Amino acid sequence: MHLLYQIFIDPFVQMGTAPDLFVQTLWEGLVTGVLYSLIALGFVLIFKASGVFNFAQGIMVVFAALALVGFYQHGVPAYLALGLTIVLMLILAFAVERLILRPLVNQAEIILFMATFGLTYFLIGFGELIFGGDPKVMISSALGLPSGAYQIKMLGGFVQMQKIDIAAAIIASLMVASLGVFFQKTRIGRALRAVADSHRAALSVGISLEQIWVIVWFAAGIVALATGIMWGARSNVSFALEIIALKALPVLILGGFTSIPGAIVGGVIIGLGEKIGEFYWGPLFGSGIEDWLAYVIALVFLLFRPQGLFGERIIERI
Amino acid sequence: MFYRETGQFKTTYAADSALFPILQDKIGIVLILLVAFIFVPLTASDFVIDSILTPILVFSLAAIGLNLLTGYTGLLSLGTGGFMGVGAYACYKLATFFPGINIVVLIVCSGFFAAAAGIVFGLPSLRIKGFYLSVATLASQFFLSWCFIRVPWLYNYNVSASIEVPTRTLFSIPVTGPTATPSTRYIVVLAIVSVMTWLASNLIRGRIGRTWMAVRDMDIAAELIGIKLYQTKLLAFAVSSFYCGVAGAMLVFLWLGNAESESFNINQSFLILFMVIIGGLGSLLGSFLGAALILGLPIVLRTAPGAFGLSIRAATVEHITFMTLGALIVVFLIAEPNGLARLWQIGKQKLRVWPFAY
Repeated sequence: MHLLYQIFIDPFVQMGTAPDLFVQTLWEGLVTGVLYSLIALGFVLIFKASGVFNFAQGIMVVFAALALVGFYQHGVPAYLALGLTIVLMLILAFAVERLILRPLVNQAEIILFMATFGLTYFLIGFGELIFGGDPKVMISSALGLPSGAYQIKMLGGFVQMQKIDIAAAIIASLMVASLGVFFQKTRIGRALRAVADSHRAALSVGISLEQIWVIVWFAAGIVALATGIMWGARSNVSFALEIIALKALPVLILGGFTSIPGAIVGGVIIGLGEKIGEFYWGPLFGSGIEDWLAYVIALVFLLFRPQGLFGERIIERI
Repeated sequence: MFYRETGQFKTTYAADSALFPILQDKIGIVLILLVAFIFVPLTASDFVIDSILTPILVFSLAAIGLNLLTGYTGLLSLGTGGFMGVGAYACYKLATFFPGINIVVLIVCSGFFAAAAGIVFGLPSLRIKGFYLSVATLASQFFLSWCFIRVPWLYNYNVSASIEVPTRTLFSIPVTGPTATPSTRYIVVLAIVSVMTWLASNLIRGRIGRTWMAVRDMDIAAELIGIKLYQTKLLAFAVSSFYCGVAGAMLVFLWLGNAESESFNINQSFLILFMVIIGGLGSLLGSFLGAALILGLPIVLRTAPGAFGLSIRAATVEHITFMTLGALIVVFLIAEPNGLARLWQIGKQKLRVWPFAY
């Protein structure tokens, strides 16, 4: 009886008695969710255009962030370092297309999935070899990102909002909006959507798959860079960030592998669910439930919609 | 020429459906078993046995388990490490509760606990397919990892939150715990792995294996020819987890000697998936080859610079190992997407027609 009370009533009582804490938790969840969405966005871009489930997205985030900090530490001005990192991501996109995707064209999905694992291992080794494995501090102030926090008085308490989090949310929404415009309005965007629909049909109307793949991997690289800067500004830049890729997976299945809005909504749902669950229900189970709560939330959604919230309907024919 | 079945006539159905229908295969397998059971323990050093051969065998069994699920039934799973952990912790608890019972029996029994966990986490598999399912199995991985840390009952309220293997004897020879010699443990592992591989090979040749493969090739078509999808998939999850559970129990009891939740984390799952894919999906032989390659490569890479007289810092070697491993995985996938088992098939054909080209 006591347990039932603790599960079903007590958390809501807490929410009611300390609404400022609740808003704070909501905000935390929202920001985490936006960052999850950014990673998921990188996954979705690549999956849509090449059908590759890119496990290396997480390590690309770390790699981009490390490269940025690494360039800066070698005396390159911050904005030039940013440009150099973008060039680096372009080179990476070319290399991936030429060395991995092209030889493996038309292979089974699982083989391509495994190949991105190989890429992950390679990038981990390469990154640690060049930039070293020790955690680094993101150069957020040199990039002109704000620091500090707003204290907002509301609901009989204070809610603290980090400026960097607000910047992250704004940048993420700008990015999503520009990607949306890019996909819907431009020539290349149309080609991307064509490739996503059918590789063969796209080839037959003269769209170059190789070119499209480079563009998509480059776009994913830029998303990775943005994610790396935002995550790096919140914590440090290290290879521990790699696990956030695993956090993005439930976001992906929740939103659907092929949907950009899905990645955003999924990210926010997972972020909110995770933080609220951890804060209000976590102590009941001895805390740390963040690790798997996201997956359980995603599973529950999946049981009702197997293709995710916004995924294309799965039609199976014999 | 070396591998020709000419002149080997089969006169009964039993001979036709034998596990090794060709004489050369029979001789080969007997030779391998002889070497593995008698020659290796007598001659190989403790280092080779303990840090190469035993882990290869243990991981082969886990890879077979995953192969039954992913290669034969077509259900991609990333929860292997969790199921291995269930086996290991179940074995530990069983050894605590029933100190008198033979440890080999306990190791095999712990597989049933893993199988039960597999059934529970396999439940979404009817509705969810492909990569969606693989992410769903990640849920089991993270949940189980969390349990191994947060449920102190599992490790007997040990302060270090790890499980220590007690000493147990078989025919009054210690087989587990600190006093057991590497060769004893190796032989026990080898025996269990041999028997379970034999069971698996018979399982996949029979009705059950055929239903699994039908489901893998197209599950709706399989349903139309009267295969009960749910039972088939759940059975695949159960059998696969059983194998993984036994492998996990062996990993702790017969190889490492102690373990904590870290031994069964997500990286372990990925490692075993590598073995299955590099070895060859849907091939028992491939599971062994994949395990040998994935476990052997880092050892080779680590010792290679020293052998050439180069002195490189240990951390650098570690990074280069990672890079090379990643690059090799990609190269292998490009060269032979069907895995090492396929290479062996090609080699067999070459042996058969030698000295002619075809």
